[in-house]
Amino acid sequence: MSQHVSYRLRVNGSEHVVEDAWQGESLLYVLRERLGLTGSKDACLQGECGSCSVLVDDVLVCACLVLGADASGADIGTVEGLGSHGELTDVQQAFVDTAAVQCGFCTPGLIMAIHDLLDHAPRPTEVEVREAISGNLCRCTGYGRILAAVEQVMTLRAAAT
Amino acid sequence: MSVLQPSTVEEVLGALDGEPGAELLAGGTDLMVEVNFGHRRPASIVGLRGVEELAAWRREGDEIVLGAGMTWTQLRQDEPAALVPALAAAARTVGSPQIRNAGTLGGNIATASPAGDALPVLYALDATVELASVAGRRLVPIEELIIGVKRTTIAPGELIVAVRVPVARGPQEFLKVGTRNAMVISVCSVTLVVDRPDRSVRFALGAVGPTIIRCTEAERRAAAAVDWEAGELAPEKCVEIAGMVAAAARPIDDHRSTAEYRRRAIEVMARRALLRTF
Repeated sequence: MSQHVSYRLRVNGSEHVVEDAWQGESLLYVLRERLGLTGSKDACLQGECGSCSVLVDDVLVCACLVLGADASGADIGTVEGLGSHGELTDVQQAFVDTAAVQCGFCTPGLIMAIHDLLDHAPRPTEVEVREAISGNLCRCTGYGRILAAVEQVMTLRAAAT
Repeated sequence: MSVLQPSTVEEVLGALDGEPGAELLAGGTDLMVEVNFGHRRPASIVGLRGVEELAAWRREGDEIVLGAGMTWTQLRQDEPAALVPALAAAARTVGSPQIRNAGTLGGNIATASPAGDALPVLYALDATVELASVAGRRLVPIEELIIGVKRTTIAPGELIVAVRVPVARGPQEFLKVGTRNAMVISVCSVTLVVDRPDRSVRFALGAVGPTIIRCTEAERRAAAAVDWEAGELAPEKCVEIAGMVAAAARPIDDHRSTAEYRRRAIEVMARRALLRTF
């Protein structure tokens, strides 16, 4: 029996066709290798590091644990879909401003996780922020600058309301 | 088609019956890891993402029926969490937000790891698991469904549809130790369930045996020792009973921890659970 499948994927609002792919490919693999969306990173391939964090029907998950073919029919959001017209979101800008980026490998996943957190909890406590990013491993920064970036976003968003 | 996306339980059962070697895919937190590392190559895959009825829950009198497709995040929602606090507490300790958004109650049961975090809660609550196949439905007590390390009596073609547990009638606690505060497989865990009307105390231990352990001696002693009118248990009795709970553990040394540490941690957590409760 053939283990190859063809299906459509809707990513960041655009339709893509995946043709004749091995059925076992993860969504992460499909995003990176077939659709050229390399913002999601493939570090651990077992859902431990969060560098592949994406939104599937508005729910934050690890793309490495989603079967590409099973994501057909869902709305997929990746880091490339944040912001518009090449402008950084406030979360991305805060990462720049607070020097929260060193090697940058964890950064897209963290940006996704923090956007997801603040979309659901505009004023999280520090413990809530730490729990929200507990699925994103950073080996460079020690997280201090990352927490400062979240603080900056919360401050600026509160001031704007 | 070797990846199927059914929308109803009936369609799932038909797919399992019709496709030899079909494997179920819920949250993917177990199966996809194996696929990613080449340890499993399912002949075909039946995705459960679209089967909305599996993620539903309902109250039936003194029981709550939890859909097997409920994710850890959904188990933490206010309403089900109020009815089964220990399960919501356990859910909070699993993985990360990304993992909690994907992993399911049914998957935790089907994987049947000795360290599965829903399992000690289900054992403490004497949960009943509802399974379905084209041949019909059956209800199986959780302790009969899981028979060893990652071994269950789920038959080919069967889908876990729901889990039935009693609605909480007293305090519940779930404590877990891991090598970090998040993203960890349990080193060991203690679940405490108190049923005030029944005047019963249940202890279930995770990750300290091939399957979940119920501490029947400690449970008997605790039920007899609690002053049920006042809802109190003397601190020295909490300590004594915690020792009995730890004695019931059957921990091993492995890459995560040692038997000695696990037994000690069980005792500490059992004591904390009792002191917090009474």
